Amino acid sequence: MMSADTSLRLSACTAAIAVFAALAAATPPAGAADAAPAKATAATVAKGKYLVSTSGCTDCHTPVKMGANGPEPDLSRMLSGHPEGLKMPPAPVLPEGPWIASVGATMTAWSGPWGVSYTANLTPDADTGLGQWTARDFRATIRTGRHLGRGRALLPPMPIPVVQNFTDADLDAIFAYLQSIPAVKNRVPEPVAPGAPVAVK
Amino acid sequence: MPENTRARTVHPIVNRATLPLATPLRHLAAALLACAMLASHAADSEPPPHLRDTGLGARGVMPFSPQYTLWSDGADKRRWLWLPPGRSIDASNPDAWQFPPGTRLWKEFAVDGKPVETRYIERRASGRWAYATYVWNADGSDATLAPARGASALGGRYSVPSRDDCQACHGSAAVPVLGVGALQLSPERDPLAAHGQLPRAGDVDLHTLVRRGLVRGLPPALLATPPRIAADTPVERAALGYLHANCGHCHNGSDNRVPLRLTLAQSVAAPVASRDAALASLLGAPSRYRPPGLGGAPQVVSPGQPDSSVLTLRMQSRHPQVQMPPLGTQVPDTEGSALVHRWIQHDLAPQPPRKEASP
Repeated sequence: MMSADTSLRLSACTAAIAVFAALAAATPPAGAADAAPAKATAATVAKGKYLVSTSGCTDCHTPVKMGANGPEPDLSRMLSGHPEGLKMPPAPVLPEGPWIASVGATMTAWSGPWGVSYTANLTPDADTGLGQWTARDFRATIRTGRHLGRGRALLPPMPIPVVQNFTDADLDAIFAYLQSIPAVKNRVPEPVAPGAPVAVK
Repeated sequence: MPENTRARTVHPIVNRATLPLATPLRHLAAALLACAMLASHAADSEPPPHLRDTGLGARGVMPFSPQYTLWSDGADKRRWLWLPPGRSIDASNPDAWQFPPGTRLWKEFAVDGKPVETRYIERRASGRWAYATYVWNADGSDATLAPARGASALGGRYSVPSRDDCQACHGSAAVPVLGVGALQLSPERDPLAAHGQLPRAGDVDLHTLVRRGLVRGLPPALLATPPRIAADTPVERAALGYLHANCGHCHNGSDNRVPLRLTLAQSVAAPVASRDAALASLLGAPSRYRPPGLGGAPQVVSPGQPDSSVLTLRMQSRHPQVQMPPLGTQVPDTEGSALVHRWIQHDLAPQPPRKEASP
């Protein structure tokens, strides 16, 4: 015997199946990524440049050098991260207390409770920068705070909680701009764990 | 059998279908459940709050066991697949099966004989894949939706993944379903597969799915000859299978892959080519990652020298900045590492065996 309630549920199911069938007909192909990245037009690149230059990206990702008027960004290494040739000595050990981090003079090497981190090469160099990345990889990195959205966690001082607030369109524009700048071959060292060096064997 | 005992005592949901309900009542219940399952496809809504509402226990839910398993710190895993009534998987591209909207998959993780979480994937009507995981309570009577950011279980010993973590692995392959495919469900299982298990009673495999009309379009050659990895030696076959299951979801040739020249996913359509591509991307290939202590240009795999190979180094590490895979595990896989170690040391050694063997 079928109760009124059951019969109502079956009617609702019939309606649901109709809706389902209509939606299924419009199913996109499998594996379709979220939104397609914006095409990199001149306007997109310009927007990306504006966002990069107003959001402090260069503060850490472009090495600082000493110029005639004091410290200034080394534009020959624009956004290429910690210089490969600059081997940093061991970071100073800070005493107990409220001081928590040390930074190299280039502003590209940072030491703190997370170990030592070096800022990344954001230029489109294929081997050492973002040359093989896609806009999806870039978005995923910023959204998740993980390398490529899948690998190790990004380390301080990268302000993930700030840049996570960019929209997808913002991130696509930033990525388009980063892909448009001169590629700099610069293999940034791997981060160093706190305490002893990373054991490799 | 301990397995069955556990299933009876802690999984009332899974075993609802085996309760001695009168058959017509069971059919009505199954029909209602199927309706409810279809109805929830109409919108990309939040997953149901309880595992029991995802349909795990409905008629047509099929257990399966991939031949090459993902290492999950030794957790005991069980997996199930459900397809909407009348729908089937399109396997005309045998390496990238197309699953119909409404497809659901579950994977239960148990530690010390008790279920900890059950992960859930659903293909929505929109075509989008949705991910969720359900955490079991202490007595195994209920599993509730975990927060999207993930959670910690077993006093911190166990990490329940965030939804971004789900996406990290499942979103990087050609198709997000990793364990249901021609190679993984091949009826000819690899006897040397790390942590390999015999299929459980009732498990579906490639032939079962095709026979039931649930997989269509599979090239006939793959039915005549069961899919298997092309390899020079049995150890190589198992090692490549291990890398396929544990690394290939990110390191593959699809558009969704991690942007590195590393291809570890094996193809059933072109097994020799995919094996060659894997070897070419491993052997003598400079590693982008340069760990301190391995010199200036370490190789991903240094033939004959597992201890100088970045592959084994990262497999054996669980330092969060070094380890591979980067998530989903806190304990190195001794058995899997030993297999890959043995392959690099013996099978790939440059001296006698195979390179000079063939004219």
